[in-house]
Amino acid sequence: MELQAVLMAAGGGSRMTDLTYNTPKAMLPVGNKPLMWYPLNLLEKVGFEEVIVITTKEVQKAMSTDLKIKDVKMKLDVVSIQEDGDMGTADALRHIQPKIKTDILVLSCDLITDVALHEVVDLFRAHNATMAMLMSKAHEFTETVPGQKGKKKTAEQRDFVGVDKSGKRLLFMANEADLEDGLSIRKSIMRKHPRMLIKTGLVDAHLYCLKKAVVDFLTENKSISSIRGELVPYLVRKQFSKTVNSQKLKDDTDDQTQEKNDGPLLISSRDEPLLQLAQERSCWNDHRGDMSEAYHGGKLRCYVHIMDQGLCCRVNTLAAYIEVNRLAPKLFEEPSVHPSADISERCQMGSDSIIGAVCHIADKTSIKRSTIGNFTTVKEKVKVTNSIIMHGVTIEEGCNIQGSVICSNAVIGRGADLKYCLVGNGQHIEPEGKS
Amino acid sequence: MADSGVIDGPGRKDEIERAKSEGKDLTKEEKQRLRKEKKQQKKIKEKKDDKASQENEKEKKPVTSAAPASQPPTQPTVQKAPSAVPATAPVSVPASEASVPADKPTKTKAELKAERRARQEAERASKQTKKGETGQQAATSKPKAPPSDLQPVVKRLPEHIQVDNPDVLKKLAKKLERQQTPEHYAAKKIPLRSDYGYKVSLFSHLHQYSRKAPLTQQLSIPSTVIHPAIVRLGLQYSHGIVAGSNARSVALLHAFKQVIRDYTTPQNEELSRDLVNKLKPYISFLNQCRPLSASMGNAIKYIKKEISNIPSNCKEDEAKNKLLNCIESYINEKIILAGVAIAKCAIEKQKISDGDVILVYGCSSLVNHILCKAFEKNRKFRVIVVDSRPRLEGKEALRRLVQKGISCTYVLISAVSYILPEVSKVFLGAHALLANGYVMSRVGTSQIALVAKAFNVPVLVCCETYKFCDRVQTDSFVSNELDDPDDLIVTRKGTTPLEGWENESSLGLLNLVYDVTPPDFVDLVITELGMIPCTSVPVVLRVKNVDQ
Repeated sequence: MELQAVLMAAGGGSRMTDLTYNTPKAMLPVGNKPLMWYPLNLLEKVGFEEVIVITTKEVQKAMSTDLKIKDVKMKLDVVSIQEDGDMGTADALRHIQPKIKTDILVLSCDLITDVALHEVVDLFRAHNATMAMLMSKAHEFTETVPGQKGKKKTAEQRDFVGVDKSGKRLLFMANEADLEDGLSIRKSIMRKHPRMLIKTGLVDAHLYCLKKAVVDFLTENKSISSIRGELVPYLVRKQFSKTVNSQKLKDDTDDQTQEKNDGPLLISSRDEPLLQLAQERSCWNDHRGDMSEAYHGGKLRCYVHIMDQGLCCRVNTLAAYIEVNRLAPKLFEEPSVHPSADISERCQMGSDSIIGAVCHIADKTSIKRSTIGNFTTVKEKVKVTNSIIMHGVTIEEGCNIQGSVICSNAVIGRGADLKYCLVGNGQHIEPEGKS
Repeated sequence: MADSGVIDGPGRKDEIERAKSEGKDLTKEEKQRLRKEKKQQKKIKEKKDDKASQENEKEKKPVTSAAPASQPPTQPTVQKAPSAVPATAPVSVPASEASVPADKPTKTKAELKAERRARQEAERASKQTKKGETGQQAATSKPKAPPSDLQPVVKRLPEHIQVDNPDVLKKLAKKLERQQTPEHYAAKKIPLRSDYGYKVSLFSHLHQYSRKAPLTQQLSIPSTVIHPAIVRLGLQYSHGIVAGSNARSVALLHAFKQVIRDYTTPQNEELSRDLVNKLKPYISFLNQCRPLSASMGNAIKYIKKEISNIPSNCKEDEAKNKLLNCIESYINEKIILAGVAIAKCAIEKQKISDGDVILVYGCSSLVNHILCKAFEKNRKFRVIVVDSRPRLEGKEALRRLVQKGISCTYVLISAVSYILPEVSKVFLGAHALLANGYVMSRVGTSQIALVAKAFNVPVLVCCETYKFCDRVQTDSFVSNELDDPDDLIVTRKGTTPLEGWENESSLGLLNLVYDVTPPDFVDLVITELGMIPCTSVPVVLRVKNVDQ
């Protein structure tokens, strides 16, 4: 009735193709749970009862067989879209527009976080905002990534985020790629908010609360295809645009067409006069020092909640994947060894390792700071350190695996010595192989 | 005669002898001591109950009965210790009888009276012991019940001012549990908001919440238990986005309109009864976000009355439309038109004349409205806005007045005695007008009224009649609101001297919201019914009640 949750699980994982060429990104195991289980768990904990999941047919098939996802008590309404079609997130929203009856909470399947969701939603509710989003302070990844020589910092494009002095109202958002020579800020924004903080080290969690009017707006404006790339900057800019704020009649045809486009955005609830009256009579103002009323009379407002503590990670690169495998299990109080795993007594297992279901771990093995997936077999005298081993892998005797990621159904031959490697799906590593 | 007074219980002997020797009635302390001893020796007395009463009757006859004068002291003795062991009656009566000096009243009537009374006491006491000890203990532990000389009219204190009583808190938690909306039989209930920080002892009976711990933390996010409009309203109240008596009432009625629109009568239920039950948990929720104001209380009463007056044969759509229209007309009449009428009254009756210097305090929507209207009618006056921390609402009032073009001066409340010689009138807004003529308003108002009185400046209070309430209060302690204490902390350049105040055991921060001004300081109240003195408030209330 109040919010509908939408989970975007159709992404391809373009920045970690090594991991995703056999397993779709949404089903990558993190701490022995599929990646999309984490946002679903977040929604379930908070009290959602239904989620609309937008995904591909492949993922849909995988979901129906996965045990963990079957465990989820919410009702999952899976909508599948074409995999090859270049559908952006906004296009996907347009596709499900008939199902949307109220305001929506859009999540990405690769978000792992323990944020108190009410902080974001409270901003959305209290200020009657058009959009509220979540961002987090970025953390450096400390683990060495297999396949990368040394600590190469990828030239990630920086995001410039401008907030007002309370840290909640979003004033400005741009990506470095879109800015040619420099950052330019409109005078109208500076006049209304003379103090602005511009932050660059923030990670966008891709969690948005959007009003229903925005979805209706998207159906009219078919040119917007990505929420993060196009819709969000558009909304942030629109907060201060003249047509939104001025009340005068316009004769200009240009302005009229623009207003027609913005029409759905500005639709407010019924009983607008009563809300106006309450606002007028209230002695509250969000800013002090100039002559304008609360919110400067603007009807479109965007808010952001910036998390400084806690986990908030987006799993879209290999480095993030490894980092998250380390941190995610700490979110839950689950036993690190699955009850159905068969571990022999003479195995040395570190306390921060996770063993999946139906595993066979033989004697004299040493497993430290690693994650071992379901149905894996580890034979004798194997040393596994700092690694991620997915499901169905067989590791023969005498292997030494360090800092590596081994994808599903791979077979590591006897005596292999792997350091900081990435072994793809179903690969066979010869015995005595060295990396 | 002296010996006959002594009966069972070794402890008794000393007391009675003392009393006899003094020749006086048992003093207060002795009576208390007697009571204590009786409690301790209950069980022994039980056994000797029957014996005592039997002995007593035998003794009464030979012993001269006490004079009527000794009866009153007997009565309180006997009655003050209701849990007294049966032997009390026989003991005290003979004691008093014994203590009375050789008074040989030939009043056999008095004797008989004493006998009857003693018998009654014995029976009553024996019944109590049969009930059990718990009954006795309960009776003694209730200091509230005054001696049964007075008929106890124990008035129930409202829950929101008994926060330091753990039983009341438990009751409140239970009440919230019971108020879950009917469809959700699972453990979905309205959460209980917990208090924050050290409360100053004078106000420990009130709630004190922190803005950083909103009630929505404990609710599910697509809130199903509570209507989303109400959740939004609760958040706006607790963040202070909707503040001010009129604004809060209007926002509340707006939210109720949405609730009514989204409401559907379940099967086998009547709209008139079910909708009222639906509203109860919402009201508890809003109360926890921020305590309800008197104006909100009156609005809720009105709506509940309108809902219960809906005839049962009315169709749902019709009924809903009727209710929505009622709400619209209430807002229109009581708030909007009342404001217009008050402004007209004030301006036409020359309460604002040319050359006036008007002092206002804080941001009252009604006072601002009056001043703006007067300015439109080309009255020449200037305004002094007085403001106070931590809310600094005066800045908002200043903005609105200056935007209109009125020339204003801005001072803090500490400068009020400096600025008052310039002032010709003081206009104050009110949160509520109490039934004894006291004005409840933002904290600081009573100070201004007091200083104005000292300077002989007339004080006018502007208030719509829907804010009149039946409560009676003469001080600001018994019922008030405690705001978030962290608001008092001022941070300059990132540091504040009050950092970590919670860890200081002897430090408490107090952020009061309201105070009451006695009617002696208020010269006139301007309402839409006209200009009335402060003491006419109960008359208005009575007329309103008669109308309804």
